[in-house]
Amino acid sequence: MKMNMNMLRQGGFFHLPNDNIVKTIGVATLLCLLCSVVVSGAATILKPQQVANKLLDKKSNILTVAGIVDANKTVDELFTQIEPRIVDMASGEYTDAVDAITFDQRKAANDTEYRIDLDKSQDIASIRGMSKYGNVYLLRDGNEVSKIILPIKGYGLWSTMYGFIALESDGQTVSGITFYEHGETPGLGGEIENEKWQASWSGKQLSNAQGEPVLSVIKGNVSSATPGAEYKIDGLAGATLTSNGVSNLIKFWMGKNAFGPYLERVRSGKAQASVNKLLNTEKG
Amino acid sequence: MASEARKALFEPLVSNNPIALQILGICSALAVTTQLSVALIMCLALTSVTAFSNLSISLIRNHVPSSIRIIVQMTIIASLVIVVDQVLKAYAFDVSKKLAVFVGLIITNCIVMGRAEAYAMKNGPWNSFLDGIGNGLGYSVILIIVGTVRELFGSGSLLGYQILSPVSEGGWYVPNGLMLLAPSAFIIIGLTIWGIRAFYPEQVEKPDFEMQNAHNTAAHGGGSH
Repeated sequence: MKMNMNMLRQGGFFHLPNDNIVKTIGVATLLCLLCSVVVSGAATILKPQQVANKLLDKKSNILTVAGIVDANKTVDELFTQIEPRIVDMASGEYTDAVDAITFDQRKAANDTEYRIDLDKSQDIASIRGMSKYGNVYLLRDGNEVSKIILPIKGYGLWSTMYGFIALESDGQTVSGITFYEHGETPGLGGEIENEKWQASWSGKQLSNAQGEPVLSVIKGNVSSATPGAEYKIDGLAGATLTSNGVSNLIKFWMGKNAFGPYLERVRSGKAQASVNKLLNTEKG
Repeated sequence: MASEARKALFEPLVSNNPIALQILGICSALAVTTQLSVALIMCLALTSVTAFSNLSISLIRNHVPSSIRIIVQMTIIASLVIVVDQVLKAYAFDVSKKLAVFVGLIITNCIVMGRAEAYAMKNGPWNSFLDGIGNGLGYSVILIIVGTVRELFGSGSLLGYQILSPVSEGGWYVPNGLMLLAPSAFIIIGLTIWGIRAFYPEQVEKPDFEMQNAHNTAAHGGGSH
């Protein structure tokens, strides 16, 4: 140790031999400090841009699935047509318990305050837990709701797939679907991004007469001659497990543990009424 | 001196290609080449990481204790990769979504580490920087070849523009599903290496051992093919 001190005094830190213990620890410390400054600096400086990107991406996905495309307007301008609402999953009623604009159902699924753990029999989509409040996006046509957009997620082959499904105001007819984040094999399971395939969802029916979600992705292709074609979607070639994952997440999110109660209310016209009532109170 | 710099920059393109001759960085060459556009961004990311990691390692090479040199290199490389990942997320959001985990995996890409250890630890900053760019471009050449073949025959398109109209959209081309799977990249890289070695026979390695001729003669004659 004494030798080290002498050497330090004589020539300074950088003149120590490289294999000296003080120099080794010193170089490691300096390097770690420098690298951590660079990394945290980059993360902090770029953070606002990244958050804005994510939000913009989410909004543009909601707009895409609602079928609102206008190259002349910005995403934010178009998004003013969409009304974000919060639904209590258990009762299916609209709630003001949390802020509809800032509440994020996806984040809330990992927040003990909002999380509901799912047991094996409930967890069809392999997501283990969900938020007790759900984000719902309503597209308005005057006073009437013309489309209902719901977030969906579920496990495919490699990854959790995140997306949105848009329903007509009857809460039964699918108007569109989109996936904005997944890690499925490009070209096989990754074809859930394929616009042609997504377009084939339009007009399909969600539930049978008993109100159970039966819409599913089948193996092979659906033709108009296929029995029950309105409940069936073309399978993705070479991606059976991803296709099953999509079927499962529809079954789960449209089912009784998730948006089922809400959709029940939409179908019976109650949800519509409660929206209108709220609008009226806002006006008054 | 200038010739040394030129050597550092251009030699890795074909004659000392990191993938074809040094056989480094194969893993990401399989993973990100199903679409050409994704492969291009990956090339850009890897080239900048290799260049700047070589530069910074070369700058401090005289003060790196040999006992922790690998850790020092890893720390620098990892920091650069995180910065690249953050930049992509901020300014190329769509592509960063497609690359996902593979940007992070540049850290473990053998080319970056290999050049740091083999070149930057022994050469000056400027030449090391050029060597990094050269090797990044050498990697890019192979990725572009593989990406072009895979996207063209696997999806019938290039950079997203439809070139061969696929049957599913009323055309004539039946996309080759194998091209979208990792093994096809192995085959294409293999063929590329074969092509390069046909032009540069000195790259052909000597066989580790040779078949003895005795086995091929009279006793086994008929069935040997």
